[in-house]
Amino acid sequence: MAKTPTQNAAKEPIISKKNCLMMMSACGILSISQAVGHSILSFFQSIGALASFVGTAVRHIFTPPFYPKLILKQFVDIGYYSLPVVGMTALFTGMVLALQSYTGFTRFNAEGAIAGVVALSMTRELAPVLAGLMVAGRVGASIAAVIGTMRVTEQIDALVTLSVNPFKYLIAPRIIAGTIMLPILVLIGDIIGIYGGYIVSIYDLGFASGSYIQQTWDILEQMDVISGLVKAAVFGFIVTMMGCYHGYNSGRGAQGVGTATTYAVVSASILILISNFILTQVFFS
Amino acid sequence: MSVTHPKIRLRDVKKSFGDKIVLDGVSFDVAAGESLVIIGGSGTGKSVTLKSILGLITPDSGDVEVDGKDALSMSAKERDAMMQKFGMLFQGGALFDSMKVWENVAFGLIQGKRIHRDEARVIALEKIRRVGLAPQVGDLYPAELSGGMQKRVGLARAIATEPEIIFFDEPTTGLDPIMADVINDLIKECVKELGATALSITHDMSSARKIADHVAMIYEGKIIWNGPVKSLYDSGNSYVEQFIHGRADGPITKHAGFKA
Ligand SMILES: Nc1ncnc2c1ncn2[C@@H]1O[C@H](COP(=O)(O)OP(=O)(O)OP(=O)(O)O)[C@@H](O)[C@H]1O
Ligand SMILES: [Mg+2]
Repeated sequence: MAKTPTQNAAKEPIISKKNCLMMMSACGILSISQAVGHSILSFFQSIGALASFVGTAVRHIFTPPFYPKLILKQFVDIGYYSLPVVGMTALFTGMVLALQSYTGFTRFNAEGAIAGVVALSMTRELAPVLAGLMVAGRVGASIAAVIGTMRVTEQIDALVTLSVNPFKYLIAPRIIAGTIMLPILVLIGDIIGIYGGYIVSIYDLGFASGSYIQQTWDILEQMDVISGLVKAAVFGFIVTMMGCYHGYNSGRGAQGVGTATTYAVVSASILILISNFILTQVFFS
Repeated sequence: MSVTHPKIRLRDVKKSFGDKIVLDGVSFDVAAGESLVIIGGSGTGKSVTLKSILGLITPDSGDVEVDGKDALSMSAKERDAMMQKFGMLFQGGALFDSMKVWENVAFGLIQGKRIHRDEARVIALEKIRRVGLAPQVGDLYPAELSGGMQKRVGLARAIATEPEIIFFDEPTTGLDPIMADVINDLIKECVKELGATALSITHDMSSARKIADHVAMIYEGKIIWNGPVKSLYDSGNSYVEQFIHGRADGPITKHAGFKA
């Protein structure tokens, strides 16, 4: 600053301002890159923690002792009690699909495709994804809340001191039940959803029952249904795993359990949508 | 049989949560068949010490040995075997709220020792009676009990498997004086009759006097005094004296409460 201000000013009058701006942006970039570095680091740390949790959980699913009674109880909790939610979702989705495709397809005189659209969208996409999301809200949240509360009230510690492994006793039964029950729920959802489309088409839009059913059978292939069920198994695994992971690592107090529950639902929902895309790629391209 | 290990041995155990130092080099031994009571102010890390021995909390550094074996670097199998030796009464009870009281007490028998349910129920009801509760309590759920009753169920669960080593985290807190004495007697019995090694935490000096062979006082993350119970009242340690007489002023108040 002290040296030859006039010279500088003549050559480049805004040099100090420019310097300033450069410094500011450098600082900004530095702190941004630092922040990014930190969050990338903690991102990979949490991926690592999650991966090791999943590994441990899967190992305990396949090694004794097993708790058949607890698995059965989870079948009922996760499967049976999710039926109404999944059933309602499938029914109204099937109905709305028929309505929407009717209003769309009449423009092209393609009403005949309604049966196919309903059957394919339900089995391939909507039944598994919507069931997955509904179950994430219903089951994922409750798993995280139950296991989180057990963590916070030291019940998980108590299990350990009583020589029971919490992975085998709490986590394995839930993941087994989720992975097996969601495909069954989705199969039921497929049927109810297609039936919903049928009801609207026959009673509201005036299609002939026989040809509608025929069109449905004609278009539907084994792979459509099977791919949906495989997706469902993956989603069931994701939902229960996220519930267990966030519950098991719950922070302290009611606040900790609340946060764990939110994370369980949000992370499961996002992972469902991402893995759905990946699975669709794998199956149909 | 020439070398006898202490049942539990801690050396320089340290543990911090964030930048808060809780244990700053804790060392003590508990001999087999002995009852050690740890005393110390609230929040000084007594519960953390117990959990560090059980591996529920992993210390940052230091050694924990149980029966001469390093408890920190055990395989999962060895740890399972070690846990079979332990019983623990948690400060907050930590009862399984989805199970009935008797199922809580019988849990270690059914799951850990693979005893048949009916037989385990009989043993559980006997333990429930031992802690001064009526057998009908067995069919209630933990949420239906008072705080003191929950504590006693936790105690019944801790001793149900007749473990070699029992940890009692504040066994008499929240109990009336008479019931507290019943529990003191029960703890003494466990040590005398079953030959168990006991490690207890208490703020209740009459309980400490009754159940302890040795007393250790923890302060600022270290054991500052450790001696036989009969010398507790002439320890010559101003911290211990202030604590056992429950005086508001003395060396402890100068720091406590303001450093966190
Ligand atoms: N899981 C944890 N995460 C963070 N801090 C913890 C955790 N567990 C204990 N602490 C902290 O460690 C300190 C000691 O806790 P601890 O429960 O051992 O106290 P205590 O000596 O048993 O006290 P009290 O007599 O009140 O039971 C406390 O300040 C507590 O906040
Ligand atoms: Mg405590």
